[in-house]
Order: sequence, then C-alpha cells, then structure tokens
Amino acid sequence: MDNQTNLPAIDITDLTVAYQDKPVLWDVDLQVPPGVLLAIVGPNGAGKTTLIKSVLGLIKPVAGQTLIFGAPYATQRRLVAYVPQRGSVDWDFPTSVLDVVMMGRYGRLGWLRRPGRDDREAALGALEKVGMARYAGRQISQLSGGQQQRTFLARALVQDAQVYFMDEPFQGVDATTERAIVDLLKELRGAGKSVVVVHHDLQTVPEYFDWVLLLNIRRIAAGPVGVVFTEENLRRAYGGRVGFLGGNGHSEPAGTAAPRRAETQAG
Amino acid sequence: MDLLNSLFFDYTIRTVALGAAVLGIVAGALGSFALLRRQSLLGDAMSHAALPGVLLAFMLTGSKAPVALVLGAAVAGVLATFLLLAITRYSRIKEDAALGVILSVFFGFGLLLLTFLQRNPTAAQAGLNKFLFGQAATLLTRDVVVMALFGGAALLVVVLLWKEFKLLSFDRDFGASLGYPMTVLDALLTILLVIGIVIGLQAVGVVLMSALIVAPAAAARQWTDRLSTMIVVASAFGALAGVAGALISSLGTGLSTGPVVVLVISVIVLLSLLFGAARGLAWAWLRRRRSRRTLRTQAVLANLHDLAVEHHNPHYAHSVATLRAMNRYQGGVRHSLRVLADQGLVHEVTPGNWALTDAGVARAGAADAPAQE
Repeated sequence: MDNQTNLPAIDITDLTVAYQDKPVLWDVDLQVPPGVLLAIVGPNGAGKTTLIKSVLGLIKPVAGQTLIFGAPYATQRRLVAYVPQRGSVDWDFPTSVLDVVMMGRYGRLGWLRRPGRDDREAALGALEKVGMARYAGRQISQLSGGQQQRTFLARALVQDAQVYFMDEPFQGVDATTERAIVDLLKELRGAGKSVVVVHHDLQTVPEYFDWVLLLNIRRIAAGPVGVVFTEENLRRAYGGRVGFLGGNGHSEPAGTAAPRRAETQAG
Repeated sequence: MDLLNSLFFDYTIRTVALGAAVLGIVAGALGSFALLRRQSLLGDAMSHAALPGVLLAFMLTGSKAPVALVLGAAVAGVLATFLLLAITRYSRIKEDAALGVILSVFFGFGLLLLTFLQRNPTAAQAGLNKFLFGQAATLLTRDVVVMALFGGAALLVVVLLWKEFKLLSFDRDFGASLGYPMTVLDALLTILLVIGIVIGLQAVGVVLMSALIVAPAAAARQWTDRLSTMIVVASAFGALAGVAGALISSLGTGLSTGPVVVLVISVIVLLSLLFGAARGLAWAWLRRRRSRRTLRTQAVLANLHDLAVEHHNPHYAHSVATLRAMNRYQGGVRHSLRVLADQGLVHEVTPGNWALTDAGVARAGAADAPAQE
C-alpha cells in the first residue's frame, strides 16, 4: 500500500440510502486518509450502521459511490475488514471461538477450499493479540459480552486488512475490554491502517479517536477531532438532545425537526 | 431376532427400512441448518405446500410416476418459499403470520384438489391420498434409489459448500462483506431443504414430514456444541427413527410407518432434552439441586454458629425445631444436619439437640469471618 499513500483510504461521495421512501442517509461525503482512527457519532437512527453497511455493499445505496484506495469496494475486499454489531449473530450457534475467528480467512480462501494449518495459526495469533488465547476451544455461548467482542475483533484481525469498519465495538463491554480494544485500535493506527468505529460515548471521543464524523442523516461535520468536535456541531447533530442531557434549556434549533423524526427508527 | 431377520431377508421391510433410513439421514442433516437458521417452520410450510403440487402434477400429466409428482411437489415448495419471502418483505405481515397463511392456503387448496379427485373416481387417482400421511409400504427399490440419488446429491452439496453454509447460518452480513453471494447460497440451501422434504413425501407424507426436519436436529443439538457433530448425530437419529419405525410398523399390527417414525423420533427428542450431554435438563436439574443442598447445609452450619456466639458457648446444643424456625423457607434441616455430621462438623448431643464439634466451630468461624468484618 506504500504506493497508495497519496490516495484516501476511504472516499465516499454523495452517498444516499433510503428505506422505501424515507431517506436514511442523505448525500454524505467523507474522505478518510490512511492511518486515522475515525469515530462516527450521532443520535439513534442517524444512519451510522447504515453508512458502514452500504460502504460494505450490504445495503444498496440509492446514489453515490465508495472508493477504497481509489477503487470500488468490490475489487478491494481483501483490503477491508468488518466487525459487525455483537448482537447481530446467534451466540448459541454450535461452534468454537477458534472456528469463528477462522471465518476471517474465508475471504482469501475462496470457494470450496477448507481452512488449513496457516489459517489456524493466524487465528490463534489473533486470539493471542486480543487476550483470548486461552479460550480458543471454548463454545461461543459460554463467552461474556467482552469476550464475544474480542472474538469478533480477532476475526477482523486475521483478515489482515488496511481498512477496518467496526460497528459499536465498545457496546456492553467492561472497562478492561474497552481498554484492550483502544490499545488494539492504536496499534492498528500505528501500523498505518485506518479504522472507522461507530461510537456512542461522546465523552471518550477526544481520548480514543483522532478524527470524527458527526452524522444525522446528513453529514454534519467531519475532520480532526480538535477542529470539528465542537459543542456547536454536536448540538447540530443531536438537536435538542445534547441540551437535554446537559440540562441547559430546551431550545431546539430550527431545522432539526425533520431529521429527528427518523430517530425512532433503528440505527 | 425375527425382526432382524426380516430386515435383511424380507424384500418389503428391507426396502421400507432403507428408504426410511435414507430419508432420516438427509432430513436430519438439512434440518440441522434449518433449525440453526430458525427456519424449522419453513420446512413445515414447505411440506404442507407440496400437497397441491403433487396433485396438480398428477392432473396435468395423468400419471403417478414418482418423478412427475415429486417435481410438482418441489415446484410448489419453492413457490411457497418465494411467496413467503415476498409477503414478509413487501407487507407489514411478520414471518410467523406469513408462514401460517402460506401453510393453510396451500394445504387447504391441496385438500380441495384431493376431495375433488376422489369424487370423480377413476382408477388412476387411487392412492393419491397416501401423500397426506405417507405409505412407506408402497416404496419400491426404484423409489429408494431415486431418494438416495437426490438425497446423496443434496448432502454432497452440503459437504462441498460446508464453510459457505456455516458462514451463511452464523453471520450472513460478514459473509456478504467477504464477497460471498449470500442470497444465492440462501436460495441454494432452501432448495436443498425442499429436496429433503419431497423425497420423503411418499413414505411419510406432507403432514408428518416436518417432524423429520425439525426433530432429529433439535435432538442432536442437545448432545453437542459442534456443527459437524450435530449434523452427523441428527442424521443418525433420523436414520434410527426411520429404521425403527419401519420395523415396528412391520409387526403387522396395522400401524402405518410414517406415524410410527414420528413417534420414535419424538421419544428420541424427549430423551435428548432430558439427558443430552451438552444441555440436558436432567443434568441441569441435578446441578441446581446439588448446589441448593450445599447452600442449605452451609446455612444450617452458619445458624448453629450464630446461636453458639449468642450463647457464648461454641458447643451449645440446639433443638432441630429452633434450626427449622431459622430455615423456614429452605427446609431440609434434618438432611443438612446428617450431611454435616458425616463431615464431622456437628454431633447430636441428646436426641433432637445438635451442637458444633471443634472442627465445625473452626469451619463456621472461617466462613463467617469475612462476612462479619
């Protein structure tokens, strides 16, 4: 990827997604350089998950395109890893931790080929990295929430990608796991990878991330945390809600009524 | 012995048993995927929906050749599945309601056709109602060969696309992000399920076929936490039920094979639920009981200790009644005292009056110390 460093890792232009006729994402642009930890924040129903899913081709956008290092995602899959929301799968599925992590290798294996010794070792190495080596043979239904999340992270690590998309990796994990995940994110950034994280805790954004995208159907602001993570932008993204939480008045800026209507839908 | 003899030497029984075994193996394997993908009821709807397919195929071709009828059943099953997907996607009706609608509409239409055909009796239509509850005795070697070919092909696809189907069943979105065409795989697995169902229609019938899809898989899940093991066990259970059903019904008591197969597999499910190695209810109950007993015993020990502390005499004896009053909601005081006595922690000073031994004082004091700090 060294010859690609002048290209943005992720280049989204005019991305618009609608369910039936309700817009979920409206005309979103985003450019993310390599080696950046980017948080996507916004209220429920702002389209954070939808943004990731449509970049990955899981949801068909109405308009717009996404380039990964200058080429469409379909041709760049090997450069991208994905951590879905933990709750999106059935953790009672009859399989082991190691088996789940090895799924991260299925992409490069291709049709019909079975995972072999290399894949096994890669998976064990990734489990070591997330502090789960002891649990390799464990049935996944016996994992705690934090361990489930670490398993998913290990699965993304064996994809050995340049760009990582993570949907709420901090959701429902304890402080130790949160710390471990943050360390892992910083390690990935140190290796020149870009990581895009759907995040909910506004307090930790400046500490964990260096870029932020404020989203509420539309792109409210995007850029380095120091520049765009301002109270003004937060209020525009969250409408009356931030004021509500902070207890400073009920004033709701005009113009936020329309996007807020969509908040009742799942994010 | 006679039974075993006939299994090997009686043509009819051997054919029926083989057919039922093939069916059980295929249905067990494909049913496992259906169960894990929460699509067990889809199998139910599909098999009921196959009835009008069989009858329409007969009306169109005028023949009862198994190939034509099975093809009709398959087309109807696939059609029902696509209708189901369309209803859940384009209307506000949820999947359970849509399944109910599909099942009853198709099955009702099938019954309508059946009564219509029976009211216009020609020699040709005789025996069509066997598709309702199945009539394994009518299986010929030729039928079993066809079942084995289609079932074997379906299993071969499962083996070849093992990792893709596992990905589809566990984490569809992740699989799609890797570039696998999940919709195609989904359709393929559904078609395999239809194959598994239609090859069983002649032997088991549309009404009971869903049991063979759901039950072996549900039973196997109780025994293992590995997908591959689960599928092998489910197939084994299916085959076992098939063969046992065929043999029992051959005893000549007028029992037809299909229902007996279903009864056998139901017994297997019941036993698995109770005693399954991975999650049997009996084991869980025993574990709970044991831990409750341990808790009770410790409570009695602690009570004796508390009483002793109050009386400033570590070996002060108390009546069972006192201890019972302190353990009103737990009970089992006498049993707990006996357990503690066996461990040498308490002793019966006078009949009905119990006190701590030195070992008991030490143990209770150690257990109490952190709590009192």
